[in-house]
Amino acid sequence: MSQPALPTQPSPPPDPLALERELAQLIVKGLNLPLQPDQIDPEAALYGEGLGLDSIDILEIALIVSKQYGIQLRADNQENTQIFRSLRHFARYVAEQRVK
Amino acid sequence: MSALPLIAHDRPDAVIAWRHGQPICAQQFLLDVAALAQRLPASMHVLNFCADRYRFAVGLGAALVRGKCSILPSAHAPEVIRQLRAFAPDVFCLSDDPQCPIALPQLLYTDASAATASAPADFQVPLIAATQRAGYLFTSGSSGAPVPHAKTWGKLVRCVHAEVSRLPVADLAGCAILGTVPAQHMYGFESTVMLPLQCGAALCAERPFFPADIAAALQAVPGPRVLVSTPLHLRALLAAAQALPPLELIVSATAMLPAGLAREVESRYHAPLLEIYGSTETGEMASRRTAREEQWQLFPDVQLSTDAQHCWAHGGHIEQRTALVDVLEPSGAGRFLLHGRTADLVNIAGKRSSLAHLNHQLQSIAGVQDGAYFVRDDAQASLAGVTRLGALVVAPKLDAASILQALRQRIDPAFLPRPLLLVEQLPRNATGKLPQHTLRALTALAAEQQPHLFA
Repeated sequence: MSQPALPTQPSPPPDPLALERELAQLIVKGLNLPLQPDQIDPEAALYGEGLGLDSIDILEIALIVSKQYGIQLRADNQENTQIFRSLRHFARYVAEQRVK
Repeated sequence: MSALPLIAHDRPDAVIAWRHGQPICAQQFLLDVAALAQRLPASMHVLNFCADRYRFAVGLGAALVRGKCSILPSAHAPEVIRQLRAFAPDVFCLSDDPQCPIALPQLLYTDASAATASAPADFQVPLIAATQRAGYLFTSGSSGAPVPHAKTWGKLVRCVHAEVSRLPVADLAGCAILGTVPAQHMYGFESTVMLPLQCGAALCAERPFFPADIAAALQAVPGPRVLVSTPLHLRALLAAAQALPPLELIVSATAMLPAGLAREVESRYHAPLLEIYGSTETGEMASRRTAREEQWQLFPDVQLSTDAQHCWAHGGHIEQRTALVDVLEPSGAGRFLLHGRTADLVNIAGKRSSLAHLNHQLQSIAGVQDGAYFVRDDAQASLAGVTRLGALVVAPKLDAASILQALRQRIDPAFLPRPLLLVEQLPRNATGKLPQHTLRALTALAAEQQPHLFA
């Protein structure tokens, strides 16, 4: 299996914007998105329109945040619509839930 | 064989489904089928869009007892629905989503159980004529319109019994079968709906998505448990180091499963992993224990024959002699090797299409003068092992975002190109063809000029 290696675990970023940037980098690298991390509008929807991610991407993101932050995403989580509303919402969720 | 029972459960209190951790018995299922059957309109064709697998099964049963035909398209994009309406003008949508996006007359089915099973005095399983047309499944045709494949009840039942004879499990009756695939595609339809109904097992209504969801859904039902899944989900389970309750059997299909991944899954979850080969046209038709063997074994009575162009499948449950779209090498005694897909076919995370179909959809967008999809190198696979397609487009008056928006109306999002590159013209040869190596060369050039578009 040829899989891109995840970058080694960075130390927890001190501010929300740094976490946003870190997530943008992880997402762009992990999903092979044809854009630069800073081109992701932090307020735009991640799913469907906006960044244009689909359900395969969301599964990939689940793997990334499970490895990187020890977070287990659940589809029946009532907050999911909120979580994927934008990179900013997603970063907020990761900051609250991360265990590493 | 003139008529075959809707379900194989022989007692009214046999568990036929699990839903939110609660058992539903066969008697209740038959009552729900009868109640929904009365609500169905007179039209012949039912697009069964129920996401809840129990409701899907009730919808299927209700359609069957009323002599109706279930329509199961491979995608639900607005353009596909328009084409379906041309195919079956009377089609209506049976949905459990009050905000259902399908532009068809709707019959909303949200109640779990319409009537409550009382005394199990009158347990009569409906018989369905073997020749009854139970459903149409669709493949994406190269001309743009979905191609229908009719399935009769008798052949569907025969296919499931063929599958059962290949499963390395003594008896599926009493097993809980959990699927990570939708009921509306051929594999999910056969292995997560028809299989439990026809072998006395219990289907799980949920369709878990994330690794933690799969674990929770399995945890919510008693053993023995069977997981019906795909290479994508199995890889995700391993990548997340997800613990699962004991499994009797794991089944995989939709895309080729690498032997290494199969061995990892078997050793991590201590269960046999059976890989199934099939297509929408033929249904499931062969299997192998991928961790141990490279050769596939055909289902009983299915045969292969080859000519200069194709390998054909026929016999057994297969409705009609079918040219296979994969490259197969028969090796005698009902066995064969699979050498991948023919050049035109693409498989993105288990979703299948053809370059011809995708190119047709791309070129049909107003403002697109020319366009071509290309296959990217597997080395560009993501964490879950998925490699997307790219596309080159000539559309002087459009931008990439509006082309993507238009494509979204026509195809499954898995096939949206990454990247979509706008170019001045495509290097077509004298016959108008675009060899893939030419496309890749052009893409490499574009990658040098616009590196930010390439991850």
